[in-house]
Amino acid sequence: MDLIRWIRRNLVILAGLATLAYLILPNVIVLVFSFNKPNGRFNYAWQRFSTDAWTDPCGVPDLCGSLSLSLQLAVWATLGATVLGTMIAFALARYRFRARPAVNSLIFLPMAMPEVVMAASLATLFLNMGVGFGFWTILIAHIMFCLSFVVTAVKARVMSMDPRLEQAAQDLYASPAQTFLRVTLPIAAPGIAAGALLSFALSFDDFIITNFNAGSTVTFPMFVWGSAQRGTPVQINVIGTAMFAVAVLCVLAGQLAGARRKRS
Amino acid sequence: MTATETREAAPVSAAPRNVRKRLVPYWLLLPGILWLLVFFVAPLVYQASTSVQTGSLEEGFRVTWHVQTYWDALTEYTPQFLRSVLYAATATVLCLLLGYPLAYLIAFRAGRWRNLLMVLVIAPFFTSFLIRTLAWKTILADGGPVVGVLNSLHILDVTSGLGITEGQRVLATPLAVVCGLTYNFLPFMILPLYTSLERIDGRLHEAARDLYARPVTVFRKVTFPLSMPGVVAGTLLTFIPAAGDYINAELLGSTDQKMIGNVIQSQFLRVLDYPTAAALSFLLMAAILAMVTVYIRKAGTEDLV
Repeated sequence: MDLIRWIRRNLVILAGLATLAYLILPNVIVLVFSFNKPNGRFNYAWQRFSTDAWTDPCGVPDLCGSLSLSLQLAVWATLGATVLGTMIAFALARYRFRARPAVNSLIFLPMAMPEVVMAASLATLFLNMGVGFGFWTILIAHIMFCLSFVVTAVKARVMSMDPRLEQAAQDLYASPAQTFLRVTLPIAAPGIAAGALLSFALSFDDFIITNFNAGSTVTFPMFVWGSAQRGTPVQINVIGTAMFAVAVLCVLAGQLAGARRKRS
Repeated sequence: MTATETREAAPVSAAPRNVRKRLVPYWLLLPGILWLLVFFVAPLVYQASTSVQTGSLEEGFRVTWHVQTYWDALTEYTPQFLRSVLYAATATVLCLLLGYPLAYLIAFRAGRWRNLLMVLVIAPFFTSFLIRTLAWKTILADGGPVVGVLNSLHILDVTSGLGITEGQRVLATPLAVVCGLTYNFLPFMILPLYTSLERIDGRLHEAARDLYARPVTVFRKVTFPLSMPGVVAGTLLTFIPAAGDYINAELLGSTDQKMIGNVIQSQFLRVLDYPTAAALSFLLMAAILAMVTVYIRKAGTEDLV
């Protein structure tokens, strides 16, 4: 009876933790199977422990090349989307103009559309224009779909900003440029950073839009997709686990730094 | 720059400065909006024209207003369309049922564990989702622990009877595809839910309890209605990408679980039948827009955009 009562009282916690387990389980599998030594080409069944893949992460042809291509794409796409998106966000948050509702829906639409529709239509345009698929078509596509997310993140931040701070700066004889660089930009920075981080993650991990617009260029997700047909090397688990570890370390470092700043 | 300079610079002739000031937002918008017009809107227009073209790869395609393509595509791929809607809707409901308790837990019951739990929800994102989807092949493998447990509890017999699984297998069945879809889009449900739950004033709960509402009543009359914006945003963020997804059906399903995304992908990249691919894309887009519009009306939150 006590057990039943305890379960009833903590039902939400138990259900929540079960969901969390469901979310984390695949990552655990990826980690464990990065130490597998499979028989044959596919790394789906456990055979025996080995650190081979960890000591030779680039041991599979094209794997590290695709990884570095994806990183380059993510950096440039983030840069492009963040600059263009921040400008739009400032225009939307700070100015009233006639085209505002139209611009708002144009920003919202790419986020409300299935990726496969955007992917196929952009590829149709490139085909009709006779543009060769490759690095540049992927970059164009990535900037296109990251843009809206940056606008949304930055706009929310700028809208919630107290306009009196800028008025105060101007009352203290700051020039418009000084006001922007010393007051506006630092306050908007967390929003810009959030948008940039999101862009990086979206671009790095994008598959569907890249699939349609890459031609024979192979990004890291494209490599993994291909390997699901040809045979999955253990090294993709190593890279997946390493990415996970780096991300968690970055988040923890950020939180530690934040906590320390609060204390001092 | 000194302060006096800026003060003196201010009262120049007012008219051209006003015009210039009114143009500022347009200059800010120009590059980004141009990008979206050229690489997002123009392609959709191009695709609309492609969908009414006929021809072949060798002779080229010409606009012939061949609307028949739409009808053919719709009748030939009806099962895939229905499957996409069914799988996406099931995955969305499952995401809501699984995600709500976790979002609630993080928002109200986590205390000092809140940040850690948030990190755990977001962190899986950083392992490429294709690798994580492939991990489900291991988890649901034939003769693996999951299949073993489901089998010994005779659950697979029931689900096979319902047509959700097949014999002693989970992989290559609707169950595996829906499981993958639910898994992949769960964070898109949890984050908006958490955002709207976290905004709820805790005093409202206290007030409800002071008025002798039972926990279930508090949830039904206070918490859930106030979390509606999160529910609406979360279901849209889950349903829309899930309906167009082809990765889960390809990696975890068999030919009997192909969704409309799979058809578009193979028509475009393998069969090279661009008109059919374009028509299917438009049908998918129209169906989703229609469903989303009705849903938003019903849910009564039009200030979502």
